[in-house]
Parts: sequence; structure tokens; C-alpha cells
Amino acid sequence: MIHKFTQDDTRIVLDVNSGAVHVIDKIVYDILDGYKEKTVEEIIEQFGDKYKKEQLVEAIYEIKTLENEGLLFTEDTYVNHPAFKNRQPVVKALCLHIAHDCNLLCKYCFASQGDFKGQRSLMSEEVGKKALDFLIENSGSRRNLEVDFFGGEPLMNFDVVKKLVAYGRSREKESKKRFRFTITTNGVLLNDENMQYINENMDNVVLSIDGRKEVNDNMRYTVNGSGTYDIIVPKFLKMAKIRNGKSYFVRGTFTKENLDFSKDVLHLADLGFDNTSVEPVVTEDCYDYAIKEEDLETIFNQYEVLTNEYIKRQKEGNGFTFFHFMLDLDQGPCVVKRLSGCGAGSEYLAITPEGDIYPCHQFVGDEDFLMGNVTEGSIKKCTQVDFSNAHVYNKEKCNNCWAKFYCSGGCHANAYNFNHDIHKPYELGCEMEKKRIECSLVIQAKLMNQ
Amino acid sequence: MKHIKTLTKATLKESAVKGGCGECQTSCQSACKTSCTVANQACENK
Repeated sequence: MIHKFTQDDTRIVLDVNSGAVHVIDKIVYDILDGYKEKTVEEIIEQFGDKYKKEQLVEAIYEIKTLENEGLLFTEDTYVNHPAFKNRQPVVKALCLHIAHDCNLLCKYCFASQGDFKGQRSLMSEEVGKKALDFLIENSGSRRNLEVDFFGGEPLMNFDVVKKLVAYGRSREKESKKRFRFTITTNGVLLNDENMQYINENMDNVVLSIDGRKEVNDNMRYTVNGSGTYDIIVPKFLKMAKIRNGKSYFVRGTFTKENLDFSKDVLHLADLGFDNTSVEPVVTEDCYDYAIKEEDLETIFNQYEVLTNEYIKRQKEGNGFTFFHFMLDLDQGPCVVKRLSGCGAGSEYLAITPEGDIYPCHQFVGDEDFLMGNVTEGSIKKCTQVDFSNAHVYNKEKCNNCWAKFYCSGGCHANAYNFNHDIHKPYELGCEMEKKRIECSLVIQAKLMNQ
Repeated sequence: MKHIKTLTKATLKESAVKGGCGECQTSCQSACKTSCTVANQACENK
């Protein structure tokens, strides 16, 4: 399977199964249409009016060379790969809902303003320790374990965060594990003291901000209705500065109300943030701010605007990282990982303040997906297996999609929320993801000689 | 080649040889909480 596309003046063909990517000229681009069904003579006859015969012969020869080298029209041979076929679901990452409470009332919050449609509550130290024990015990031979302190707002329960980090570290040596901690915060409660602690103890920090002041404050406001931009920007800048090269992201959400979101991404870069992630809102159609099919063209255009500016800034030496354009064609994940997907429900689980286990943070509160409780120490294996088996080969739409090794089947929660089936991907999400991948490839192509 | 410039070779195929150690980061632990992207994760085994 191949996928070819043009963006601006760049033509690219992706050989889906090998992962090879080629920048091609107009002749090759044209010839590739139906190439496998035609003879050389038929191709020359079809394009004889448009191109010289020697050009066509040359282009066909180059295509054939790539075919012979296993770089074009390759077959998918991974379905029986032993590491994929015999994979055992082990838990290696937890989203720890340290606080089901929040000091903000963000309009679009999938966590229902922090309480996940339940009681407002904070995780106790005891439940948190049980969660870390559970992770260690269910992680098999995996050495690297990840824990994201999530909410609600995790800084509302920061003492417990610190106790759990200390507990995790205390168990590393005897369990032969290494914890990587991440915290996701809205920033309101950040101060010098907790910033220093976070910097020293967190492998990654995710700072929530949507972009321009009016955009951020339209969605992200405090209980008294005032926007957060002026409160959080100075703190985030300080946090980013003290990270001094360690991983962090400013992360935002765009909605129908700021479809010109490229301006928000660039605003964050202009503020001085090096690592940015701005994602489309995922919500029911009934909300005014929900993204709809009719918005796709605008969104695609925005990704292109962002692509061009991204390239320009990289060339000028003041580039920044946009999470969804980060595509390392040489050092990316192996094909087994790409087939297995995000790991929600199998490798990655969410734990509520009460210790309840769900497939991921987006399923929390949906009793149909309750998988157990960390205090009991075991999980519903059938749910874990169901999620583990919801990979690209078992999803009809993904099987024939060129992007399957990049999105890995998409988000299970989005699939379930829109189509009531984790095997049926959320179509708008697919379209936006495909566009982002194309933009990422164009960026690679245009920066290849840098 | 005159008409084709290869940006990257068969990296997926090559990754299958020693892939599957499972030590890599899960997608939603990074900066994505609502839209799955796996391909931009890093390999731990290189």
C-alpha cells in the first residue's frame, strides 16, 4: 500500500508497510496512479502527450528500483510477528487521578470540571501507595514505569504527590523498576517552592494553557469567572525556564471558537515556550464549541499555515516543537508498538482517588468500564484483553488506512464516545490526524537538507 | 535518482527485527490526552 499527496510544491509518497518515505517529482506522482495495474507500454502511452518518452522510462526505472529494494509497494508482514502475536498485557503506566477536584471551571472539560461526574475527592496516601504497588506487581519484566499525576488539579493534593514520589523512589531498587513521574497542572497554584520540587522530581511537566489571552480566558476560568491567562503565563514561563532542557510541554485545546488556532500555537512559541501541544477538542456535537465535519477544511488549512511557519522558524534558527508534528522517521517507535496502539486498558490504566481502575482517564466515571480497585490487587482480565486486541488489524477502517502505523488505531475513548465501539475510530479525529501526519512529512522533506 | 529522493528507508521493517521490548512511553503520558498519536514517541531501545 502506498499513500501519495501534494502539499504546496512538495510531492510525497509513503510506502505504508516498510515506512519508507520519498519526495517525488510530478512525473512519478502521475505515474503512480494505477501503476501496479499497467504495463510499461501502457504507462508510456497514457502519459506520452504530457512527458517525453525517455523521462517516463527513467521514472519507471526508478520506481522499479525502489520496488526491488523493498521501499515501495511492500506487503504488510507484521501480523504474525512473534513479539506482536505473543505479547502479554502488562501494566506499565498509570494516570493517577490524585484529585477529583479543580480550582477552575473550564467550559470544555471532559472531566466535568474536575469531578469526573462523581463526588469531589482527593486521593489518600494509602490508595496512592496501593496504586504504585499494583503497578509494580503487574508490570512483569518492564523496567520503566510511568505515573502521571493528573486531575482535576493535582496541585490541590500536592502533599500526597510528594509522598507518592518518595514512596515510588523507595521501591525502585528492590523491585528493579524505574519510575518516571509526570504532572499535569493548570498552573494556578504553582509557586516557587512547588516549582522547584516539580523540576527536581518530575520527568515531564504538562502545563495547561490554550494560547492567546482571549482564547484561553474564553474557556479556562476560575470559579469567580475570571480568566487564568494573566495568572498562569508568568508562572509557566518561570517553570519552563527552570526546566533548563528537561522535558515539559505547554498544552492547549482548540475548539470551534478558535479555528484559527495556528495563531495560538505561534503565540505560545512567541511567549518563549519551546515545546507546545495544542489538540482539537473532543466533545459531543450538541455543544457550540464542538468541532464538526464542516470545520475540517479550515482546520487543515490551519495545519498548513502552521507547517509553513514551523519550517520558516526552524530555518531561521528560532524553531519550536509542536507535539503533533514531532515525527522522527529514524528513531521512532518500532512496528510492534505502532500495532499495539496507545495501550489504554492494557498497558496504561487510570486510577481514581478511591482506587478504582479504568482503561484510561477518559473512561473514568463510566461504570461499564470499571476494571477493579487497586486495593483488591487484580483487574478484570477480559477488559484488559479486549483493549489489547483492539489493534489496527482488528479495526475494519484502520486495516486499509495508510495512517495506521502512525496513529495506531486512534483513541479508544473517542471511538467509544462517538461510535459506542472501541473498534470504530472517531472519524473527525482520523481526518485531523492524517492531515497532521502529512504536514509532519512535509516538514521533514523541506528540512531534509538543513 | 533524478525523479525520486528518499527521505527515509524501510525503518518500520528494520524496527521489526528487534522491536517489541515494550519499554517505551505510553502516548497519553506525554502531551496528548485526547488525540492518540503513537508515531511521535521515542524508541527506548536505540
